[in-house]
Amino acid sequence: MKAPRLFAALVLLLLALAPAARAVSDPAEMLPNPAEERRAEALGEQLRCLVCQNESIEQSDADLAKDLRRIIRQRIAAGESDRQIMDWMVARYGNFVRLDPPFDAMTLVLWGAPVLALGGGLGVALLLRRRGPAPPPQPPLTDAERMRLAELTEAGPPAR
Amino acid sequence: MAVATRRRLLLLAPLAAAAAGGGAFTALLVRMQEGTYDPHALPSPLVGKPLPRFDLPGQPPSPGFSNADVTAARRPAIVNFFASWCVPCVQEAPALALVKAAGIPLWGIAYKDQPEKTAQFLAENGDPYVRVARDQTGLVAINFGLYGVPESYLVDADGIVRWRWAGGLSGDIIRQDLMPRVKALA
Amino acid sequence: MTPELGHFALALAVAIAGAQAVLPIIGANRGDARLMATAPALAFGQMIALLAAFGCLIWSSVTDDFSVLDVAQYSSSIEPLLYKITGVWGNHEGSILLWCLILALCGGVVAVFGRNLPSTLRARVIGVLGFVAAGFLLFTLTVSNPFTRVWPPPVEGQNINPLLQDPGLALHPPVLYAGYVGFAIPFAFAVAALLEGRVDATWGRWVRPWTLAAWCLLTGGIALGSWWSYYVLGWGGYWFWDPVENASLLPWLTGTALLHSAIVVEKREALKIWTVLLALGTFSLSLSGTFMVRSGLLNSVHAFANDPTRGVFILALLALNIGGALLLFAFRAPAMAPVGLFAPISREGALVLNNILLCSLAAVVLTGTLYPPFAELFFGAKLSVGPPYFHDTVVPLAAPLFAAMSVGPVLPWKRADLGRALMRLWWAALIAAGVGIVAALGLRDGFAALGFMAAAWLILGAFGELIERLRLFRVPFGSLRARIAAQPLSVWGAAVAHAGLGVTVAGIAGMALAQSAVVAVKPGQTTELGGYSWTLERLRDVPGPDYTARAADVRVSRDGATVALMRPERRSFALQRQTVSDTAIVTNGVRDLYVVLGDERDGSVVLRLHVNLLAPWIWFGALIMAAGAMLSLADRRLRIGAPARRMRPAPAPVAAE
Repeated sequence: MKAPRLFAALVLLLLALAPAARAVSDPAEMLPNPAEERRAEALGEQLRCLVCQNESIEQSDADLAKDLRRIIRQRIAAGESDRQIMDWMVARYGNFVRLDPPFDAMTLVLWGAPVLALGGGLGVALLLRRRGPAPPPQPPLTDAERMRLAELTEAGPPAR
Repeated sequence: MAVATRRRLLLLAPLAAAAAGGGAFTALLVRMQEGTYDPHALPSPLVGKPLPRFDLPGQPPSPGFSNADVTAARRPAIVNFFASWCVPCVQEAPALALVKAAGIPLWGIAYKDQPEKTAQFLAENGDPYVRVARDQTGLVAINFGLYGVPESYLVDADGIVRWRWAGGLSGDIIRQDLMPRVKALA
Repeated sequence: MTPELGHFALALAVAIAGAQAVLPIIGANRGDARLMATAPALAFGQMIALLAAFGCLIWSSVTDDFSVLDVAQYSSSIEPLLYKITGVWGNHEGSILLWCLILALCGGVVAVFGRNLPSTLRARVIGVLGFVAAGFLLFTLTVSNPFTRVWPPPVEGQNINPLLQDPGLALHPPVLYAGYVGFAIPFAFAVAALLEGRVDATWGRWVRPWTLAAWCLLTGGIALGSWWSYYVLGWGGYWFWDPVENASLLPWLTGTALLHSAIVVEKREALKIWTVLLALGTFSLSLSGTFMVRSGLLNSVHAFANDPTRGVFILALLALNIGGALLLFAFRAPAMAPVGLFAPISREGALVLNNILLCSLAAVVLTGTLYPPFAELFFGAKLSVGPPYFHDTVVPLAAPLFAAMSVGPVLPWKRADLGRALMRLWWAALIAAGVGIVAALGLRDGFAALGFMAAAWLILGAFGELIERLRLFRVPFGSLRARIAAQPLSVWGAAVAHAGLGVTVAGIAGMALAQSAVVAVKPGQTTELGGYSWTLERLRDVPGPDYTARAADVRVSRDGATVALMRPERRSFALQRQTVSDTAIVTNGVRDLYVVLGDERDGSVVLRLHVNLLAPWIWFGALIMAAGAMLSLADRRLRIGAPARRMRPAPAPVAAE
């Protein structure tokens, strides 16, 4: 099991988001600076479209989604940070709008799930492991048996 | 603990987990039938906070209004977002008349609507509002955390939002949810 | 008349399932051969009754019988014939009937192919299947009856959701359900073993082909759903970690673990408790998934029209089936003693690790899916758990799994030297590392580079065991042909399936490099993207059977030569007042060109263009995995019950190798 170190390294590296997917929005509303536009898309993918059933605002064609996309881009152009924009959204719509759940006391079990599951699984495997039945304890040799043993071992292998 | 007992307990764990899950699901189903659990409904983070600041133009012939205007009278009021293109808004009209009859001022905001269509809507369905303003861009609505129309916000005398109803009001909701809260605020 | 016949057939099926649940089990307990012999007959009877019922429902839809409520609500006379048929399972009632049909088919299939099972085992398996079926059939008959009538019948139906009018819909639910519900057979085997109080090597041998078949179908079903979502919904993605998608992934994860765990039971008579629990758990997850999707508790794109009363009924069925099985497990499992012992580093140990990792993955996906309703129940908080969460948690667990996947098969049973085993894969590790480094330097995308490295490791390592067995390069080439012929098909099957996963991982990594652009163009204008030139040639109106469409003709060329002519459309369905996009996709096996048509304004139209690298490999990989499963199924040794055309006597169960 060479998992542990590989684990940590991978966890650090794998913070990229899943492949991007978005609705056909108006190219005119896209930001001219590609880095900023990517930031806007990344933010949008983390926000739930509230009038749809399970989509991000980047993917949705709904009016509200379009409005929110526009607001994100305006705020990025005005120089706000990702954190500030997220806080702005959460202040109005609550944590429900975040597709990436917050990291607080209530979501400990959620974010701890991988570690808990893995730890639990390994623990159960160790607990349920059967070691082979131990050989029954031998009673100590009697004197007669000990003398017989000495005879046998000194005499060497029997001639055939 | 003896190994055998430990094994037995561990083997009961899946059943225990399934039972716990089943219990939770039952509770959720019961709540869904009661109406206290709705996976699609959204509680408003605005409840307990002051009205967002806004100043909107009026829907002629009504003058526009701002958040200060709503709280100026220092009594509970309702801010109601509506639109002519919204079907539940039409169905909500009789309920709004009830609210007006109960003496609670209604401040209307037309969301993403055209003035002529709003005027026609008000003419056909009645105008229970003290004033009607227009939020053409929908940006003020977003500050309220609006995600559909109609929505109604109960504001107390100090300008704090006390309750939000997403969807059309009805006689039942007014009796069960709105009036008790208004009485509590008095 | 036909709906009445169908209704009657359904009621008959309920009665037969009831008998099927009771008689064979009593027979097996008493050793009564006659009662046990009723099992196959009853299973066939149920199967025929449900085939008849389903056939009647399809007939009603095809003949536009709008007196049947389902047909009136979800079909219409102007619909093409294919969608009249496939639309039958596009709604709750029809799809639950399909569910029951497949469960009945499972019983029939066991009756036919399980002729060589010991009669007590077969009777118990069919009995358990009957028990599950009886509950669900009763549910269908009472609360979700597809034959509910409406009088007077409307003149025209309300038509199917336009998103469902697609050939992909024809295949996705039946294949998915066949896999999903197919795990009822291993479940029944596990319950039967618990009832008998015995799990041994032969049980492991019996269970494997059924698990393979269900797994193969579920893999296909999930892949079809993902592929359909990719080319129909037009959002350029293929998996959203939606609760319904997760509900199909969960049994797949534990089903994979079951597949591997059963090998250990068969070869070494160990891991019995794990395997039985996995068999119970996989179908339990299928059942729970059905509940979650139809109860309305979850926020999902796929949600059927929800009704809490149905939720309560299904929950009761779950309590009965899952609770009963787990209770039996808690009492009977201690009696199952393992025979083979093994060291932690060994093939068995690797399979235990495999079980743990796959079950951890399942636990994480389950937690993420159920957290929103549970958080609201316990904390009163309203949360969302979306793709970012799953990405952050699933990928770090999948990584050690991929790493171990290639190492496990080259470990010997009972006790292994890890160093020596790794040495056998030095060439795969070297090439994979090389691929990773080249990708990291050339592409500058960490995720994609790691993905390609994992894919190379998986594909190359997949053939590690095979190469070991063939003793390639260590033994003269002359005997190679004989050695290849002597390899059992299941070794090829495993290699192919593992390689298939590698192909899918490569596809996912490639999609991370996808390029896209949103442009507003007028006819005649050209845009550049991904090394191609995209020219909008013209826009026009195109009529369809039950819609009107606006189509764009887009020419894609490279260095002046035309690569493809694409025609994305926007279809307006008058009856449902919905507009749906028809995405245009052109693939050459290595990359997809993808165009979606948007709004029009002032003579110009918005187009979204994608160049999706390696996207087809995601689904090729799944096909390859399913092919691997089919190869394994064809293995002679698994078909001990093969028809009597044998020349030699049947082989005895193979002892541990």
